[in-house]
Amino acid sequence: MKVKDLVDQLSLDVRSFNDGLGNDITGAYVSDLLSDVMGNSKKGNVWITLQTHLNIVAVASMKDLSAIIIVGGRQAQEETIKKAEQEKVTILTTALPSFEASGKIYQILK
Amino acid sequence: MALNITGNIDGIFQLIGGNFSTAGEASTQLKHKLAEIGVDEEIIRRATIATFEAEMNVIIYAAAGWLHYYITPESIKIRIEDMGPGIENIELAMQEGYSTAPEWVREMGWGAGMGLPNMKKNSDTFTVDSVVGEGTTVEMVINFP
Repeated sequence: MKVKDLVDQLSLDVRSFNDGLGNDITGAYVSDLLSDVMGNSKKGNVWITLQTHLNIVAVASMKDLSAIIIVGGRQAQEETIKKAEQEKVTILTTALPSFEASGKIYQILK
Repeated sequence: MALNITGNIDGIFQLIGGNFSTAGEASTQLKHKLAEIGVDEEIIRRATIATFEAEMNVIIYAAAGWLHYYITPESIKIRIEDMGPGIENIELAMQEGYSTAPEWVREMGWGAGMGLPNMKKNSDTFTVDSVVGEGTTVEMVINFP
């Protein structure tokens, strides 16, 4: 499963680094606590969160996550998008709230 | 593990309190350095998590700080010294979930009381020295297999 497959199936908006759509997805991790994601997400996971500030890019980059999905119709801040382009991190957005987004992604990935 | 390292490699970063926009730069550079010399991926993962958490603590709590790293053929040592408020009760600070972070930092998803425990969990040796009103020094060593 590639990031692009998830984007197509859930009609996610791609906000940064289009090249990352070819990344392989190893699973997903849902959390809004950055230390939790640092400690417990796995390489290649998509990260489902409602955080939008620029530190999410550093976390995703450091953990080699396949993409960040920002939920609840929230938009990444401009500086976050800029940083994500620099660090080659793909940011996706959806209007779905965390629970619905996670449920649908679980169904697709399981 | 055969590392592509001759002699020791070290580096230093200055960290500025409140500067969230550069958070993770020291850890990212360290990650690239370790990858360059062929360090095992799991070791890199542990070192970068520990370093990133340490960076964040300086940015969240202190006025300024310095992060030094020393890579030898046997291990990586990371030392972070800050000019911060110090930790009143280290034992309490080491408990997962305990945090003194202000509300706005928690809203960013930091300050969940996982920083110091995450650092300890990912290090082979871990020490914290702190003087209230002066600052904190954290030292972490991660041994190469």
